[in-house]
Amino acid sequence: MLFLQAIQWILDPEHWSEVNFQAGIAEELGDHLWLSFLAVVFTAAVALPIGLYIGHTGRGRGFAIVVANVVRAVPTLGLLSVLLLVSLTIPPAVFVFVLLGVPPLLAGAYAGLEAIDRQTIDASRAMGMTEWQILRRVELPLAAPLILGGLRGATLQIIASVTLVSNFGINSLGDFILGGLAANDYVQMTAGAILVTVLALLVDGLLAVLQRFATPRGVPRGRGASTARVRRLPVPNRAPVSEGN
Amino acid sequence: MGIEFRHVRKTYPDGTTAVEDFSVTIPSRSTTVFVGSSGCGKTTLLRMINRMVDPTEGQILIDDEEISGIEPVALRRRIGYVMQNSGLLPHRTVVDNVATVPVLTGTPKAKARQEALGLLDRVGLDRSLANRYPGQLSGGQQQRVGVARGLAADPNILLMDEPFGAVDPIVRDELQQELLRLQRELGKTTVFVTHDIDEAFLLGQQVVILQRGGVIAQIGSPQEILANPASDFVADFVGAKRGKRRLTAEEQGAGDDVLLVDAAGYPAGVISAPDGRLALSNSGPLSRSVSNKTDQAGDA
Repeated sequence: MLFLQAIQWILDPEHWSEVNFQAGIAEELGDHLWLSFLAVVFTAAVALPIGLYIGHTGRGRGFAIVVANVVRAVPTLGLLSVLLLVSLTIPPAVFVFVLLGVPPLLAGAYAGLEAIDRQTIDASRAMGMTEWQILRRVELPLAAPLILGGLRGATLQIIASVTLVSNFGINSLGDFILGGLAANDYVQMTAGAILVTVLALLVDGLLAVLQRFATPRGVPRGRGASTARVRRLPVPNRAPVSEGN
Repeated sequence: MGIEFRHVRKTYPDGTTAVEDFSVTIPSRSTTVFVGSSGCGKTTLLRMINRMVDPTEGQILIDDEEISGIEPVALRRRIGYVMQNSGLLPHRTVVDNVATVPVLTGTPKAKARQEALGLLDRVGLDRSLANRYPGQLSGGQQQRVGVARGLAADPNILLMDEPFGAVDPIVRDELQQELLRLQRELGKTTVFVTHDIDEAFLLGQQVVILQRGGVIAQIGSPQEILANPASDFVADFVGAKRGKRRLTAEEQGAGDDVLLVDAAGYPAGVISAPDGRLALSNSGPLSRSVSNKTDQAGDA
């Protein structure tokens, strides 16, 4: 009944303020979230402009794929230890997690823009929209679901990986896992794992809701959907128009 | 006045030449149709007028002003553009799609929407469709919205790139008639691109038949071209050679009307003879409507 004990451990109010004379769940959770948040913000700051540039211009796609794949191959724990041995502070940790988060968000951004019908963009340009207006009024709204999908992937990766900083004495929910391991306290270890999992799922769920709301009306959800199926709209009542369907 | 192409040439960086040496004058307030098979450069030529494509050599003038000196975005906002498959913004309602250009040029949204409703009337769309999304409309309705959007900024010039190419023949017929009506009412300088010679003859006051590389095979009114094809290519293209347009009168046993058949023997239409004799004088419009019927008979 390790799992139930772990739940009990989490629900124990004392553990929220202090665990083994060290930071409790509340503090670790706060630090974990803060570090994750910083990493996601910087990931977006790096990946969005590049991804939107590639998607809008169609230039540099091959290069981005190569870089993203190389970055993906970097062992996170290894890089983290090298950088944190140099300086045991937050910025190098954030840097490592940004590397982790950039590939999925970058891919989401340029794939989102590339998935838009070329005719829609061509027509917008022929209407007299500036490149900036095309990006802002056409590409971003239409690509929003895929961009947010990339953001979800990046965030999930980052929240899960932030656990690793506990190896180097920086606060995160990983402290419960490592502390439990060191003390042979498997209940605490499981509790730590559950906390990270639940946090990741909650944030992902939140972003999923956001993604749903960001899907523009009039655009069918899901890529396989037929253009006739439009979301959140009543079935059109056949208006008396001069032509049939 | 109008639009003038002067020795326009378009070569792409990979060496292919889309247009070799094209000169034509498009008169104001009438419809000129560029017609030709795919690869003849007709769309490229059309897109040069709003600087979606810039010519490698030569000049294009609108009302004697060279357009290479006009900023493309500003130029495009004064020229209506209607394309195949409408190119509507899927995430905007019909009324917002129509209001796109006026909003871009600074018209307040409420006013632009109000005017957009008027344009829906103009193109024969019910106002109840105003708050629908393009994905909820039929292909023909989408094209009407596309035409309304092209007209929204009240441009003097309307460019139409095979706008009716993707709709079924019956709806196309309707849309063509609507366009003729709009043209009578509004008198825009319209440049229309199609590969359908029947559509070209129906809509164009001036028809430019293009061969590969933007070479003009013949230019003239539909009547001139039909009566006097400049070359075998033109004769073949307009269908005179195949006998599609060479109609023969066939005596009917009963009734006063005379049946016309084409060279393949398909019934193409009748000549009505109210007084028991044939009215052969107005052959221009007659040959036009007859040719349309030929198509349907041929397809059936």
